[in-house]
Amino acid sequence: MYSAKEFDGGTPARVSDQLVTLEIDGTPVTVPAGTSVMRAATEASVRVPKLCATDTLEAFGSCRLCLVEIEGRKGYPASCTTLVEPGMKVRTQSDKLARLRRGSMELYISDHPLDCLTCAANGNCELQEMAGVVGLREVRYGYEGKNHLKVLKDESNPYFTFDPAKCIACSRCVRACDEVQGTFALTLEGRGFDSKIAPGAGNFLGSECVSCGACVQACPTATLVENSIIDKGQPDHTVVTTCAYCGVGCSFRAEMKGSEVVRMVPNKDGHANHGHSCVKGRFAWGYATHPDRIKTPMIRQSIDDPWRCVSWDEALSYAASEIKRIQAKYGQGAVGGITSSRCSNEETYLVQKLVRAAFRNNNVDTCARVCHSPTGYGLKTTLGESAGTQNFDSIDHADVVVVIGANPTDAHPVFASHIKRRLREGAKLIVVDPRSIDLAHTPHVEASYLLQLLPGTNVALINSFTHVIVTEGLHKEDYVLARCDHKEYEKWKAFICDPRNSPEAMEAVTGVPASTVRAAARLYGSAGNAAIYYGLGVTEHSQGSTMVMGIANLAMVTGNLGRPGVGVNPLRGQNNVQGSCDMGSFPHELPGYRHVSDPGVRALFSTQWGVPIEPEPGLRIPNMFDAALDGSFRGLYVQGEDIAQSDPDTQHVTSALRSMECIIVQDIFLNETAKFAHIFLPGSSFLEKDGTFTNAERRISRVRKVMPPLAGMADWEVTVALSNALGYPMHYDHPSQIMDEIARLTPTFTGVSYAKLDRLGSIQWPCNDKAPEGTPVMHEGEFVRGKGRFVITEYVATEERTSRKYPLLLTTGRILSQYNVGAQTRRTKNVAWHNEDHIDIHPHDAEYRGINDGDWVAVKSRAGETVLRAQLTERMQPGVVYTTFHHPESGANVVTTENSDWATNCPEYKVTAVQLVKVSGPSEWQRQFSEFRDTQHNLLPRSS
Amino acid sequence: MDPHKLVKMANEIASFFEAEPDRAIALEGIAGHLKRFWDPRMRREILRWMDEHQGEGLKDSVRAAIHDHRDKLLGGV
Repeated sequence: MYSAKEFDGGTPARVSDQLVTLEIDGTPVTVPAGTSVMRAATEASVRVPKLCATDTLEAFGSCRLCLVEIEGRKGYPASCTTLVEPGMKVRTQSDKLARLRRGSMELYISDHPLDCLTCAANGNCELQEMAGVVGLREVRYGYEGKNHLKVLKDESNPYFTFDPAKCIACSRCVRACDEVQGTFALTLEGRGFDSKIAPGAGNFLGSECVSCGACVQACPTATLVENSIIDKGQPDHTVVTTCAYCGVGCSFRAEMKGSEVVRMVPNKDGHANHGHSCVKGRFAWGYATHPDRIKTPMIRQSIDDPWRCVSWDEALSYAASEIKRIQAKYGQGAVGGITSSRCSNEETYLVQKLVRAAFRNNNVDTCARVCHSPTGYGLKTTLGESAGTQNFDSIDHADVVVVIGANPTDAHPVFASHIKRRLREGAKLIVVDPRSIDLAHTPHVEASYLLQLLPGTNVALINSFTHVIVTEGLHKEDYVLARCDHKEYEKWKAFICDPRNSPEAMEAVTGVPASTVRAAARLYGSAGNAAIYYGLGVTEHSQGSTMVMGIANLAMVTGNLGRPGVGVNPLRGQNNVQGSCDMGSFPHELPGYRHVSDPGVRALFSTQWGVPIEPEPGLRIPNMFDAALDGSFRGLYVQGEDIAQSDPDTQHVTSALRSMECIIVQDIFLNETAKFAHIFLPGSSFLEKDGTFTNAERRISRVRKVMPPLAGMADWEVTVALSNALGYPMHYDHPSQIMDEIARLTPTFTGVSYAKLDRLGSIQWPCNDKAPEGTPVMHEGEFVRGKGRFVITEYVATEERTSRKYPLLLTTGRILSQYNVGAQTRRTKNVAWHNEDHIDIHPHDAEYRGINDGDWVAVKSRAGETVLRAQLTERMQPGVVYTTFHHPESGANVVTTENSDWATNCPEYKVTAVQLVKVSGPSEWQRQFSEFRDTQHNLLPRSS
Repeated sequence: MDPHKLVKMANEIASFFEAEPDRAIALEGIAGHLKRFWDPRMRREILRWMDEHQGEGLKDSVRAAIHDHRDKLLGGV
């Protein structure tokens, strides 16, 4: 069921320039054409009884409770399926209508258990409520006849229970799965009395169901209900907050009993998700109170020593003294900090401020280094701003959707549902990916073109794609001449039209038939509105930044920028990738993407912060590791990030960590990095603090504290306290004051405040005098940099090549149920879907190596070796294998190399030459990992 | 800092900018990238490598960029 007391207009709101005025129960109402009578009544505060209708789904007209009388019409039409007409006179109440409604309710209740007092939905059940509304007083049919009351429950899903005995066959769950989620996993099986909801042939867990929760939310009874509601009962209050998982940044209503979360329900008013959710945000929040949480600060001299629980004061004093000692001994630049996309804007802002103002250097970086740093470089260079160009709703205007190197159904599931909806409406899809991703073949959606290229050849592909556009005259020369730098354009045009960039010339490189590239390019080039969405399959390459610029070139030359329905849209992996970058987390940029070498910008911050700002860029994360190994970098403050698991070439990373004298980790769990730490500062989950996240569409949304921090301090308070201990005082009473400071110092944020966020719900930056309520679509009329800049994107093959010894190409990614390094989702019931990482391999490659599904195989690269269980799948193309990195013991990054993007050092996770060999036991690295993990756990105090 | 790694990184930067037909712009691009994105200790090391090892392993364009823009790269070092 929906969140208690949430508005439900009965049928979806309509948008139309044409307004219709009608009369409902004598009250005139004006609504957009296409609105249902039910919705019009609701907007006039007239409540029409209903069961099968809800405003997230199209009208169905089956329950017969919403019947009305319309003057001049025969019968009793359903108000949900009847559209308003000018001058219509509607009556929603009469004796006859009351009798009809009671009659329908009697039929429903005659086959429904009368266990309201012990039912999980008691207090928030639409059936119960409607029984009251229609004045049901008796069930004349009795309960002795044929019924469904003894049908067994399906408790296979770890998060919700399906109790068919309570089903009223309203089909809301089926329609939610179809219309909202787009999975079509449910069906209404049988006819008449035998009608029943069925999740395919088996139970929910074994079905196609992706546990997004849309069916549970849509259910008007307790037929589909969250297990947390069954266990804990109905909530007593609700707090609107923002999900802490992927870059979609869904708005949720945290439903609470005191300070305990009872359930998370997607917020229908959420501007990014419009009331939809995925299995992670909806259900996987239990990690916040997992027993593994560390709630006491701890210190130790060496990583071989036992941890000692200490007070906050002692931990912070020790941390400050160690930083000062290291700087005194090795120099000011010997320490640095890492911010996390899992932390809020305010927290990342404070960490970079701490590094710049208290450490007095620019050695600050963020985990976007290893994901979307090429996006920042590429889009800033070409368009002038390091951010995606559109809002998510822009896709409703797209005619052609191009998805490159992204797997939205797994990594951005709520937006994937939005994409699928648009595709079902008729938009065309082009997928560019080494794998055949689910989006390319889902119910009622089939990609027009799947360009299954070889890993590492993105730039070759985008050049040949754009070559077709320009050489076949599909580009928009007028747009280019009006909005782009002519000189750069002419140079680029000569480059892109060169025959070496033709699909025929590049076919041998990419593995994609030239004819397919030509056909796909023609589809894109001839679209009214074409939108590009991309992910880490674009950025995590040695030419990641080049590819981002290649995408921008393509969008510019076809005029697909600066209006709804088009654009270049990076799908950010984590919730606050955009925000952590905006906040000055990169070592060369102050907040708002302004280079540290700019004296005017430095003066602004120096004045505000009261200290000079270093004019030279600091170390990036991979540079920090190298500098640690050469002895010039000795201390690190890491907030909310797990570099020991997530960064490539694990052995190199852990060697660097071992070589440092002081590592301070602030996290909610003893993550892999913390096992190399000397000071542990307990962090707070998103439920325990106030702040903001900025999602992939530049949307700033509030994170609201719903429970006190388990360790006593919110993360922002810890950074403030550390700064104070270092002798650089920070004074904030609330994160809203941090945002006020950000707004004072950042031109794209000058109009942002907590008060405005509370009023508007969310804001897309830039938000300033020119755009006081934010900017859904960027680059309208003019690019941020003025004239758009075409950049020559020569294809340069990666140095990571296959050979006889390493004949396969490994690419890595993530899956739906797990998130990033898995620290959160591994501590939830999501392990029911994915409790270990596999190596996906094409059956031909497996057969050649004698590998069967489920076999243990060694994955060997030039960097290292690990052992994973094989999973045979034709999703892979021959020659390419794939794994995820959600479980630390899998060691996916033991195998990945140090190769990185030329511009940003973003690791080349997506291309590693490997060999696969059937084995019977773990790798040497895994044995050592296991031993080290056990040792470190034994060094924890029992109370932690 | 491992000079061999820096040589590799510098060469990769050069491979991008070498696509620019105007060599002077290309060299400025290479040097500008090193200046804007490399920590001074990295620039110091690559300059030392140029001086002490004659830039062994560096592409010609990187050597030329360092030669032409040495003052810029020295700033802050």
